[in-house]
Amino acid sequence: MIVTAMPSNAAPNDTLEDDSLSETPWQLTWRQLRKNRFAMAGGAVLIVLYTMAILANFLSPYPITERSDHVYQPPSAVVFHDDNGRFSMWPHTERMALNTQTQQYNSLSGSAVPLRLFVRGEPYRLLGLLPLNMHLFSGSGGVPFHILGTDSDGRDVFSRLMVGSQISLTIGIVAISITFTIGLLMGGIAGYYGGPVDNILMRICEVIMSIPQFYLLIALAGLLPPTLDPRLTFLLIIVILSFVGWAGLARVIRGIALSTRELEYVQAARALGVSDLTIIRRHVLPSAFTYATVSATLAIPGYILAESGLSFLGLGIKIPIPSWGNMLTAAQNLEVLTSKFWMLAPGVMIFVTVLAFNFLGDGLRDALDPKLRR
Amino acid sequence: MIRFIIKRLLTMIPLLIGISFLCFAILQISPGDYVLSLTSGDQFSEELRRQITHEFGLDKPWPIQYLLWLGNALHLNFGMSLATRQPVTSVLWERMGNTMILSLSSLALAWGLAIPLGILSAVKRNTWVDRLNSLFAFTWISIPSFFVALLALLFAQRSGLFPVGGMHSADVDLMTGPEQFVDLLRHLVLPTLVLGLGGCAGIMRQMRGSLLDTLRDNYITAARARGLSERKVIVKHAVRNAINPLITIFGFSLAGLLSGAALVENVMAWPGLGRLILESVLSKDIYMVMGAFMLGATMLMLGNLFSDILLAITDPRIRLGK
Repeated sequence: MIVTAMPSNAAPNDTLEDDSLSETPWQLTWRQLRKNRFAMAGGAVLIVLYTMAILANFLSPYPITERSDHVYQPPSAVVFHDDNGRFSMWPHTERMALNTQTQQYNSLSGSAVPLRLFVRGEPYRLLGLLPLNMHLFSGSGGVPFHILGTDSDGRDVFSRLMVGSQISLTIGIVAISITFTIGLLMGGIAGYYGGPVDNILMRICEVIMSIPQFYLLIALAGLLPPTLDPRLTFLLIIVILSFVGWAGLARVIRGIALSTRELEYVQAARALGVSDLTIIRRHVLPSAFTYATVSATLAIPGYILAESGLSFLGLGIKIPIPSWGNMLTAAQNLEVLTSKFWMLAPGVMIFVTVLAFNFLGDGLRDALDPKLRR
Repeated sequence: MIRFIIKRLLTMIPLLIGISFLCFAILQISPGDYVLSLTSGDQFSEELRRQITHEFGLDKPWPIQYLLWLGNALHLNFGMSLATRQPVTSVLWERMGNTMILSLSSLALAWGLAIPLGILSAVKRNTWVDRLNSLFAFTWISIPSFFVALLALLFAQRSGLFPVGGMHSADVDLMTGPEQFVDLLRHLVLPTLVLGLGGCAGIMRQMRGSLLDTLRDNYITAARARGLSERKVIVKHAVRNAINPLITIFGFSLAGLLSGAALVENVMAWPGLGRLILESVLSKDIYMVMGAFMLGATMLMLGNLFSDILLAITDPRIRLGK
């Protein structure tokens, strides 16, 4: 390894050459990544989002399917006075009522009630295990608190947004893991064996890649019967996304494997009689790992966008199970779009998530690129 | 060159056959027997039903059905739409034309904007211009196209400047030729912006990266050392070489565009190929889906071929056909 000259004003501990030499690749990457503010911000946002998804039931004040007759109620007001109009440090909310003449919701003055924290309510299981009935916040005295308003059935949008994040955020990660496994394996096998195996696998890849991706997704997802169990639909959507996605990765991995198999250490392993699968796993694939890590991070947003697009068209996750995509379907109605701005909240969430992944992926690519290391 | 093009066109044929087999198999796996829906409703006359059954062997097992379809397709007979009773080919031509209009205008916008912005970003690297460009790029890459399309509709509704979705006004038949053209342009503006700006962002980042790589090369230093003006160094030496890798991603950008168009078409009611696929998948209009798939794949492959030819023209080091 070549150690480049250190700048003269470097911090004292940076000038120790053996210190930087003894870094593991992961430490080196981490040090590079930490310098990139955008990547770190992206990572932090993702940690917050995923924590939110785990705590979704705790954070959401109402059950996701609980309907009320408050249809399309705008976000509840947060006021700092009690029902007598006296100033209060504690946030209060007011009851909203529909004015039947204007079809507008108005806060009723004199109806302010304090917000409450850690309210006992609908029981749920945290992470599907821990039975709890505590919710972070709620209205009180029978006054509902809809922080992001309600939808066409009077359901709490914020609660649906929280629970919907579980689907929208996991689908990308799970799909990429499957794509990753198939792509690495197929690419590795094709590149390592070459010949007819390579030929057949690459022709299959070409067939998949020659169809505009979203056309294929629409066709595959459109075939799922609408009456299917939502959990099964969720799994099948993941399978569909992976099926469409693995070809591109496999082709690149094949190229890397093709050049790696001629290297001395791979030939040495072969001469020692190591089995083919072990060689692919232990010697060929690790050289493609850096590329795969970066491309995986950058591919996750694609899956999130694809899932939300499908669900938006009514082909992916189907109501009443909320996902960010299918929550936006309601906004296709022009009247909802123009006057119920809170219904666009899921779009903002998708945007923030995808942006965070892109920042992190971009930073990771720079951090892993030896050309850019200084 | 001609030989290369012919060779490439010939290799498309087995690929298309592979695609058609894959699609046909997928459509057959799907539940819901469409022969049944064909016979149970009385929307189809007995004679037409018999004709389709005869031509496409609906009473036979699906591999034979596939071969019959393939045989017909090779004679450019893609069958009847089961929903509209029109020949698939005539519907496809119209829809493809519409998708082409949208795709080409978006493509022009995306590349026309991306190349200058990418060059600007690379030349003014790490200045506020570059940062602003990067911010713009990251925003557009990250925002779902259907969400932008929704916002565009919202804008159209609020401002009244542009029509809210669709491709023609309701009274298009009463208009004269030039008026129809203007009407089409007015409908085209928003979908083009949504798709074009989305596509622009990625290409711009590529252009910036590619030009930055090129600017590190020795011949650039040499050109500067000879006292060439910075403008000449960039335009004549750097950009010309930096643009090559971008031509190879032209094919990819076309694929992304067709996929993106599928969503935008659906939100903004643009009667293109993507919308057709969704409609016919939902109504289990199997021959329409097959036809649309074939057409989409062909467009994609022709786009790739086009970018290869373009590459050979711009880069004399590449010799095609070897």
